[in-house]
Amino acid sequence: MTQAMRIDGGMVDRSRTLSFSWNGRWMTGYHGDTLASALLANGERLVGRSFKYHRPRGIFASGSEEPNALVQLREGAAQEPNTRATTIELFEGLNAASQNHRGPLAFDLMAANDLLSPFLSAGFYYKTFMWPKAFWERLYEPLIRASAGLGRLPMQPDPDVYDHGFLHCDLLVIGAGPTGLSAALAAARSGLRVILADEDFVPGGRLNAETHEVDEQSGADWAAAVTAELAASDNARLMTRTTVYGAFDHGIYGALERRTDHLADAGGKPRQVLWRIYTRRALLSAGATERSMAFGNNDRPGVMLAGAVRTYVNRFGVAPGRKVAVFTNNDDGLRTAEDLGEKGIEVAAVIDARKGDFVMDTIGRSGIRAVRLGDGRRVEADCLAVSGGWSPNVHLTCHHRGRPVWDADVVGFVPGGELPSGMSVAGAANGTMTLAAAIREGHGAAVGIAGDLGAERSPGTPAKAADESFAAAPFWQVAGLRKRAWVDLQNDVTTKDVRQSHQEGFRSVEHLKRYTTLGMATDQGRTANVLGLALMADAAGKSIEETGTTIFRPPYTPVAIGAFAGRARGKHFRPHRLTPSHKWAEENGADFVEAGMWLRAQWFKRPGEKGWRDSVDREASRVRKSVGICDVTTLGKIDIQGRDAAEFLNRVYANAFLKLPVGKVRYGLMLREDGICYDDGTTARLSESHFVMTTTTANAVLVFRNLEFARQCLWPDLDVHLISTTDGWAQFAVAGPKSRALLSKVVDDLDLSNDAFPFMACAECSVFGGTPARLFRISFSGELAYEIAVPARYGDSMMRALMKAGEEFDAVPYGTEALGVLRIEKGHVAGNEITGQTTARMLGLRGMVSRSKDAIGLKLSERDAMNEDDGMRLAGFRPVDRSVILTAGAHFLNPGDSADMAHDQGWMTSVAYSPELGMSVGLGFLKRGTDRIGETIRAYSPVRDQDVIVEVCSPHHVDPDGVRQRG
Amino acid sequence: MIINHPLLGPRDAAEFVVLGDACLIDRPDGMNAASEEMHDYAYVRDNPAGEHRELWYHEQGDRSWLVVTRSTLTHDVIKVELARDVARARGRSR
Amino acid sequence: MRYSALRILKEGLTGNRGWEPVWREPEPRPEYDIVIIGGGGHGLSTAYYLAKEFGERNVAVLEKGWLGSGNVGRNTTIIRSNYLLEGNQPFYEFSLKLWEGLEQDFNYNAMVSQRGILNLCHSDPQRDAFVRRANAMRLSGADAMVLGPDEIRKMCPYLDHENARFPITGALWQPRGGTVRHDAVAWGYARGADKRGVDIIQNCEVTGFDIKNGRCLGVETAKGPIKARKVAMCAAGSSSRVAAFASMRLPIESHVLQAFVSEGLKPVLPGVITFGAGHFYVSQSDKGGLVFGGDIDGYNSYAQRGNLPVVEDVCEGGMAIMPMIGRARLLRMWGGVMDMSMDGSPFIDKTHVEGLYLNAGWCYGGFKATPASGYCYAHLLATDQPHETARFFRLDRFRQGAMIDEKGVGAQPNLH
Repeated sequence: MTQAMRIDGGMVDRSRTLSFSWNGRWMTGYHGDTLASALLANGERLVGRSFKYHRPRGIFASGSEEPNALVQLREGAAQEPNTRATTIELFEGLNAASQNHRGPLAFDLMAANDLLSPFLSAGFYYKTFMWPKAFWERLYEPLIRASAGLGRLPMQPDPDVYDHGFLHCDLLVIGAGPTGLSAALAAARSGLRVILADEDFVPGGRLNAETHEVDEQSGADWAAAVTAELAASDNARLMTRTTVYGAFDHGIYGALERRTDHLADAGGKPRQVLWRIYTRRALLSAGATERSMAFGNNDRPGVMLAGAVRTYVNRFGVAPGRKVAVFTNNDDGLRTAEDLGEKGIEVAAVIDARKGDFVMDTIGRSGIRAVRLGDGRRVEADCLAVSGGWSPNVHLTCHHRGRPVWDADVVGFVPGGELPSGMSVAGAANGTMTLAAAIREGHGAAVGIAGDLGAERSPGTPAKAADESFAAAPFWQVAGLRKRAWVDLQNDVTTKDVRQSHQEGFRSVEHLKRYTTLGMATDQGRTANVLGLALMADAAGKSIEETGTTIFRPPYTPVAIGAFAGRARGKHFRPHRLTPSHKWAEENGADFVEAGMWLRAQWFKRPGEKGWRDSVDREASRVRKSVGICDVTTLGKIDIQGRDAAEFLNRVYANAFLKLPVGKVRYGLMLREDGICYDDGTTARLSESHFVMTTTTANAVLVFRNLEFARQCLWPDLDVHLISTTDGWAQFAVAGPKSRALLSKVVDDLDLSNDAFPFMACAECSVFGGTPARLFRISFSGELAYEIAVPARYGDSMMRALMKAGEEFDAVPYGTEALGVLRIEKGHVAGNEITGQTTARMLGLRGMVSRSKDAIGLKLSERDAMNEDDGMRLAGFRPVDRSVILTAGAHFLNPGDSADMAHDQGWMTSVAYSPELGMSVGLGFLKRGTDRIGETIRAYSPVRDQDVIVEVCSPHHVDPDGVRQRG
Repeated sequence: MIINHPLLGPRDAAEFVVLGDACLIDRPDGMNAASEEMHDYAYVRDNPAGEHRELWYHEQGDRSWLVVTRSTLTHDVIKVELARDVARARGRSR
Repeated sequence: MRYSALRILKEGLTGNRGWEPVWREPEPRPEYDIVIIGGGGHGLSTAYYLAKEFGERNVAVLEKGWLGSGNVGRNTTIIRSNYLLEGNQPFYEFSLKLWEGLEQDFNYNAMVSQRGILNLCHSDPQRDAFVRRANAMRLSGADAMVLGPDEIRKMCPYLDHENARFPITGALWQPRGGTVRHDAVAWGYARGADKRGVDIIQNCEVTGFDIKNGRCLGVETAKGPIKARKVAMCAAGSSSRVAAFASMRLPIESHVLQAFVSEGLKPVLPGVITFGAGHFYVSQSDKGGLVFGGDIDGYNSYAQRGNLPVVEDVCEGGMAIMPMIGRARLLRMWGGVMDMSMDGSPFIDKTHVEGLYLNAGWCYGGFKATPASGYCYAHLLATDQPHETARFFRLDRFRQGAMIDEKGVGAQPNLH
């Protein structure tokens, strides 16, 4: 029989039958159902197993507070663990399975844990599994982990797309129940830009679940009418399926909108959108959540919150049971009996705690069959509707660490402490528990906000409704309890655990939470916390007020990690920056490497080359023998202009810059204020008041930031202006003995002879008959070399033209690897040496640090520990056995010393195979390295299984006197 | 967070980079400062629990350095000024 | 009361009625030999080792809130000793060794779980730096390996090896790294210290020092003045606020570090994994939650909460490196207040006030240091000499220029 528990009425569309699969069995429901209501309609009572004891569990609630009915939704890569059956909209073909059991759901082998429960009380694991010591990782923990967790990760990349969006509004109304609808309507009528967000797929909140009337129509109809008016309003935006999950600083709220979760197939559309909502004001009208009471076996399938029972009966047209008993401590619970009666469902008993009656125990293993009352009577019932009172949904008020306060009339915690600025609270979330009062409060709050924000139109009058009676008396646990009674259903925290926590001294609410895990489950204890705190207060003989409460943290309900990441994943995790010659490089066999955001060519493979070393050796050799071309656009370029530009440079570089002549380039060493080497590069003086600075690729952004800091904050009246031109100019190194000959074919009307354009000269010029260019005679390779820059839009053409002009010299393009080989051969330092821990003295550059002027870092570079005579110094290294390939990261040890930190002599920073020298060479830092040239030491690299003897030499492996670059 | 930029109006804090305490404006002259003075400048901070004047840089914007007065307890922004104006007011010039 | 499986059996059979309080709830006495300010992990471990190793039992720990309410209860529970520099590595290795015997030592199962830590790298220079660091670790007697892409693929097939913006080129692997159940560390130390006579006084905020003629004679508290021969500040996150009572300014800024946990999932991650091209690290707890985090928010804060840009940044890192977690849900986020020091390394030292000591500046790395920090601080308090492994953690190191700057970013705390 299908949908045996379906009854008349409700908001489901009976004309649209949907098939779905539950644990491999096909069932039907209707459009408008949740998975939970559809399961109940089909008489499915057992839907899951609890975390620790693997107790059978049924649907307990009807919203996002559900602790029991967590399911594994969908299949394959789209599997979604721990999804609340109560929030999943039914769609055709939905596939869901229960979680956390071994074997079939009804015969879970792990249920044996329940029998062991006396030995698994709060914190038992802190007291055992300690011996023998080695058994933790080998035995105990694997056993624990085998039973840990609930649902399963799919283990395949998430196939869906997530978007991020930004919204702005005057007023964000959180929750579209009676309060929120009333507030949003008033705000929209006032002319405010208002956003109304609700996690449900139908606005109305409890109005859809109750039989109240508003403005002389059913609550659901009124909600639909208000919704329609808001939808038609230009200044209102209604967002259903949208959970406002967090309150952040300065009126920024995070919201998650589920766009296609209710569809069988997303059709390529984003699954969810993570909204960041910028608000002037926010109104929290999130309602309240019902809670249970502690009585024996109060966790069995069939025990359900009374409000949820009404939701299933009234909204979904489903009977949670055929004979329902009601156990309540408030008037709201009594309404359940009335509503059930209306629908013709038998009410087995109404047990009112305020009259001294109570349920002692439930009977029935995988679903209740009867309840045992305090006076010993047995009442046959297959569903027990429980209402232990309502807890205002204060969650978002806690997100700035405001602490809720106890309200004895409400019998719950209401917003307290400092709310996030701009937030107000109304309705049940604020402890206003009756309908008419909540509608009025929502309206009033909106009117107040509209007034504050200067809205001028009329907000209208609040809707009329009756105030139902709300009388609640605190009632937490039944007297004379002998059976286990659950507080936190999902984490299996019982009243005994709370008592034991107190007994063992874990008495602060935070200790209670952490020791027993109360409220730490996927529902953050929404139906459990207040009961737990009340029991702790009782054990301590204190009031709940004195005991206090823990606070809720964002998110209000869990949010998919994929949604937070949005589209920033895979290749799109971070942007790519491409060099001007990228396309050309792609066409010419380049292999690319990440250099920060950039993709740079690391070598260009030629036919017949077997490995990268072949290509790199060839490129480096060709540079030394003829000429090579390398795209160096990625180096930072900063244009510096102004009457005080030279003075400015003189203060940001450690070496002198005042007297750099026009038409010359100088190597500059930049220190941090703490005296450590920060960056290096060359700066060219194009005119009296115009300089061009280059920085390393890695520090381009940071150096520019620091220069702006110096300009604006330290010396605000220097006449100097900066702009980053890294992207503006394409720049190429042209290096090798034939570079002059090549460039002579390229550059217009400029005498490139050594006398006219010597080493470290620069000029603004043109190429190929008029294309503007800048030429710098600088060398990173140690060869005769230039860097030539053209506006970036000519970069691709320039690369092609340079290669064409170089054909007669057999010019090669070279990549970052050959660049590295050349600079290591030459002994030029780079990022592996300038690590942010390096002093000028370590680099052998102390002489560059001018003592005759103030510059960033000068003063602190003089501290004692940075200038010790036996400190690390840059040196070169070659293997004594020339066939050995050195490894970077090896540590140096004196021969004969033991291999430990006390004998550490330094480390190898960079290595390369030098085709010029026919062996592997390295750079590194060695204690007193400059004084030890000619010594042999060990280069010890246990993680590379290497221990070799190396010879200490000058870092300038090639052309130590610098003849070539000056030639 | 939102920073109310004096020239550009309210901007999301994600457009900015934070450096730290605005006392970094008060850099002693390296030629004349005592070691202790330069040490304190570079390394020592009030680190107040409450109002804090700090340097923010509008890197994804107009590249202004700003002095933001903000509570470290509530994150509320109390005042935003151009750092250049603050520097001048504190006697910095050339 | 000694904990064991047998005890659990006995108590289980008798209704769990015999469990005794884990600690007393004493009122403060007027005078102690040593008063420790801060009942977090470091303060409690200091008290424990003072009593156990150095015979100092006339000790009080003063805690503003509930014990363990500081960063020991708000972190991502990782332990490791994969440090590079001489000033740090031996200390963290000492700490790791203490972790390895901790549970048997204090008879409390803190679930020290050495399932390894894998630091991924994504470029050749990063790999070179890992080789240097791994070699330094080996020289200090720690365990370390550098893995290649194939080994990583075998160990973690679900990482994004194919489609990554920053392909994985290698990893530093420390098998002895892992995680510990953080709250249990505080409770275990508290229980051990309490048993040895240490008074742990909760809800007792320190409001000032009694300093006369350059000598600290005690503290003012919410529960009245308490005299002490030595006063030990140990309130990382709030170090500047406490030190201000002694008119001291510190080389520290307070910053917020956010951390995150997902809903419970069947365990699949072996140990700790860190992403080297974004800010993301993750492990999976014994309850099944993915515990993860990233960078600090970057602005000074005492607010114990952060903002969205970092949440998104961290999750972007997570999805970039392990795209199979997209459908796992983030359950809770929280923020801890960090003492961010000027070189990223801590202080365990005397101050210029006689009898006043400082333990501070742990940045976001204090949890793994808990045992060694307590041991070394106890050593300093008991003997007035720094412990061998903590001798570089001096407060005056910036005057000397002897920074311990692992990251090499200089005197800007929000970059460490």
